[in-house]
Amino acid sequence: MQQLFYFIRKFRYFLLFIVLEILALFFTIQHHSFHKSKFVNSANFLSGGIYKKVNSINEFFNLKTENQILSEENTRLKNLLEKKKINLSSENITVIDTSQYFQKYEYISAKIINNNFTKRNNFLTINKGSKHGLVPDLGVINSKGVIGITKNTSPNYATVLSILNSSSKLNVRLKNSNHYGTLIWNGKDYNITQIADIPRQAIIKIGDTIITGGRSAVFPEGINIGVIKDFKFENSQYQEINVLLFNDMSSIGHVQIIKNLQKTEQINLEQSSANE
Amino acid sequence: MNNLLLNNTLRFIGLVLLQVLVLNHINLFGHINPMIYIVWVFLFPVRKNKSLFLILSFLLGLTVDLFSNSGGINASATLFIAYFRLPILKAVLKKSDFDNILFNLRAIPFPKAFLFILILTIIHHFIVFSLEYFSFNAYSEIIYNTILTSVFTIIISILGIILFTKKK
Repeated sequence: MQQLFYFIRKFRYFLLFIVLEILALFFTIQHHSFHKSKFVNSANFLSGGIYKKVNSINEFFNLKTENQILSEENTRLKNLLEKKKINLSSENITVIDTSQYFQKYEYISAKIINNNFTKRNNFLTINKGSKHGLVPDLGVINSKGVIGITKNTSPNYATVLSILNSSSKLNVRLKNSNHYGTLIWNGKDYNITQIADIPRQAIIKIGDTIITGGRSAVFPEGINIGVIKDFKFENSQYQEINVLLFNDMSSIGHVQIIKNLQKTEQINLEQSSANE
Repeated sequence: MNNLLLNNTLRFIGLVLLQVLVLNHINLFGHINPMIYIVWVFLFPVRKNKSLFLILSFLLGLTVDLFSNSGGINASATLFIAYFRLPILKAVLKKSDFDNILFNLRAIPFPKAFLFILILTIIHHFIVFSLEYFSFNAYSEIIYNTILTSVFTIIISILGIILFTKKK
């Protein structure tokens, strides 16, 4: 026993080093697995608060572009509304179908207060949290396309797993056919992501639009992502499909968080059928 | 003693804020963000009580991690260079023992101070990028990023040390 104490005293400096290093590696490895990183993230009052303060200054300089984007989106939505009116007026018979009044998706508006896009694994911080109804695993988009999925939440802030992250795997499909694939990122260029697992019978061309697939319960189907920039077709397999994103990931401000109100229903149903 | 404590506390807070608010968003040539906060490790006085230094270095890295959402990558790398700072300093100066309390990075000749900073920076950056990519396949990216980022970290940290510390 005495020898043990002697040993600890003699190597206490080294032991402290080892213990702290193991702790640091524990945080790192835990951070790599999607659902477990509870300790070290920027959705806390200290870093969230500081980022919020700094962002309120930065925001001032981006007012012009933000206004431009909002006005463009307004125009797009007004055009959609006009189309709807024509459709309604052409139908003379009004069908009351209550199932259509049940809302499936709810949108919450939020603002990015910290943006990363240069690292291998990028996370964003937004200024809404569990107080505003946010939970992990919600889709985050803006007017141009998909941004990511919420990861951790605190009362006032939340972190978002960006699509520019090695853990991000998004279900996507081609706009002109029903072939599905997975959106991944190889870490090289923040404007370009890749698609994997596209079946070889899919016909793709440069310039084809990629949209969200809607197979998962996170994103509704048909949200824009990007266009195909180039691809390789070797050994009768698609090897490398590069997608140029519609979003400029280096400059994103206001975002919408998508809450799927029927998510639990869908997941419960899927689980119960998987268990049978 | 009090002056020393205040100095190191202010340097800790100042470097963390500089790192997370300014330097993490520089993106030179698209993706280079110098990591200046390790200057704190270079400048911390060499003392007998090394445990405090290890714990503080760990906390320094962890604070940067907290802001940049990177798990424990920076904590692990900063702790590593904090542990190996004294052996490397001894090897660079070719002395087995030296006056601990009076250690000042400005007082030792520039080539030796440069070598000391170079070795620690490269080790630190290599650990950071290895843990960030977390894959043996990405060794070319890891080495490329380590070297490029080290160059800018070293330039800025040497300029910072010359400008903001007193020469004895």
